[in-house]
Amino acid sequence: MNNEQFNDRNVNDGYFMVDIEDYPTDGWGKFKRAVKRTFRGELFVGLWVVLREMIRFDIHTVKYPEEKMPIGPRYRAVHEMKRLWESDAERCIGCGLCEKICISNCIKMDTKIDENSRKEVSEYTINLGRCIFCGYCAEVCPELAITHGGEYENASDQREHFVMYEDMLTPLDKMTAGTQQEFEGFGAITPHEDERVKTTPLAY
Amino acid sequence: METAYLIETVIKIVVILLIFSALAGIGTYFERKVLAFMQRRLGPTNVGPYGLLQVAADGIKLFTKEDIVPTNVVGRIFKIAPVITAATAFMAAAAIPFLPSFTLFGYEVHPIVADINIGILYILGIMGVGLYGPLLGGMASANKFALLSAARGAAVFISYEVVTGLSILAPIMMVGSLSLIDFNNYQIDNGWIVFAQPVAFILFWIAAFAETGRTPFHLIANDHEIIDGFGTEYSGMRWGLFFIGEYANMFFISFVIPLIFLGGYGDGSLLGALALLGKVAFFFFFFLWTRAAWPDVRPDQLMWLCWKVLMPIAVLNILITAIVMM
Repeated sequence: MNNEQFNDRNVNDGYFMVDIEDYPTDGWGKFKRAVKRTFRGELFVGLWVVLREMIRFDIHTVKYPEEKMPIGPRYRAVHEMKRLWESDAERCIGCGLCEKICISNCIKMDTKIDENSRKEVSEYTINLGRCIFCGYCAEVCPELAITHGGEYENASDQREHFVMYEDMLTPLDKMTAGTQQEFEGFGAITPHEDERVKTTPLAY
Repeated sequence: METAYLIETVIKIVVILLIFSALAGIGTYFERKVLAFMQRRLGPTNVGPYGLLQVAADGIKLFTKEDIVPTNVVGRIFKIAPVITAATAFMAAAAIPFLPSFTLFGYEVHPIVADINIGILYILGIMGVGLYGPLLGGMASANKFALLSAARGAAVFISYEVVTGLSILAPIMMVGSLSLIDFNNYQIDNGWIVFAQPVAFILFWIAAFAETGRTPFHLIANDHEIIDGFGTEYSGMRWGLFFIGEYANMFFISFVIPLIFLGGYGDGSLLGALALLGKVAFFFFFFLWTRAAWPDVRPDQLMWLCWKVLMPIAVLNILITAIVMM
């Protein structure tokens, strides 16, 4: 995808002021305008345009359940929790930043120290009834653990039921198959990040 | 009255009722499809092949819906209004020759229910009565949008009926009869009336749009201004009757225009019959075509158009025709 056509802000060519005649004030002027409009055939222009579109048959309908529009990689639908590529362990380190930054207070998490003296996430819930899908949690996450996914086809009695933590977490068989998708939206590492890293100035 | 004649007439009535009730449904299918194609959509596709059974699905929905009569309506008038629309639409069809007469099993069939000598007057009169449906339904509904629609209906009615009547007068003067069959036969010898009366043809066509309430003059049930107008409080089959009446009216007026102005079925051969059906198809298609292409006018613009523009032109047309005929 490239954005060149959207970034082109040069609007000077091809724009012009529409030539609008003054409205007639006297009866004769109004009469002349009515006659002119009657015989200029503007109505037939409209008829021709719709007939042309009908003959051209350039249909734009997406037959939704069978066909789907591709969604952007940055699309912010229901959240996903990612696993580490190396160990298949959960990426989440329980830092609580997402809980802190969430502007609609929908993320709740609980942590404990496990037997290896490491912080472990024991409870993690997202109340999707409150979530506004702003993407702050994905942006703030230092481990790229919580991200947004592309799953937008949810149906339930309540929005709270859309997703459980187990559903958000990448399943293990997907990890063994190596098909976990990285999120390209908020918080993700941009391409060519290495080239843009500046060395720390140690000269002084 | 002979028994054979009675049986024949009853059969004709039943056939016309069945065919045009079905055509009203199929007309909605074509309207959806044509409008969709003109707007680069697909229209109904899921029910049946190419969405053809959408009509059946709509019919089932209309028939099985709960029949709601709201609390504050004037019950009897509210209930009879849709019947007026549907019934008058089909009554008007009695004087329309749908096809040239043909022989079936050695029996000559005239595909007209009653060739009365005041045919056109009857058709226009009954179609005019049809406006009581929206008018009474709108006033009895106890709903402000329905009431607005009824008021508009009355305003539109007094505007276009003048144009319809006056524009049709010049061709009647030329033919000297009110029967549509006489119109047809006149045009076999003297050529299509549209060439002698182009102004009357255009005026009648414009008035037909107001008569059927189609898009440039779609004021009575203008969805984007007054919800569904007189149909706002109706549901189920009562609303369906309004619908059938509207579409049947479109078909009948599409028959009347070619019969009066465009030579009708000609000399009565098979080719002539097919030509009439082709003309009807064109006029029906044009109703859908304008709906995709043209904006609606305001009620005051329609009244301005009818009273200040079309009526003087129609009167002038009659005068000139009279002078030429003398």
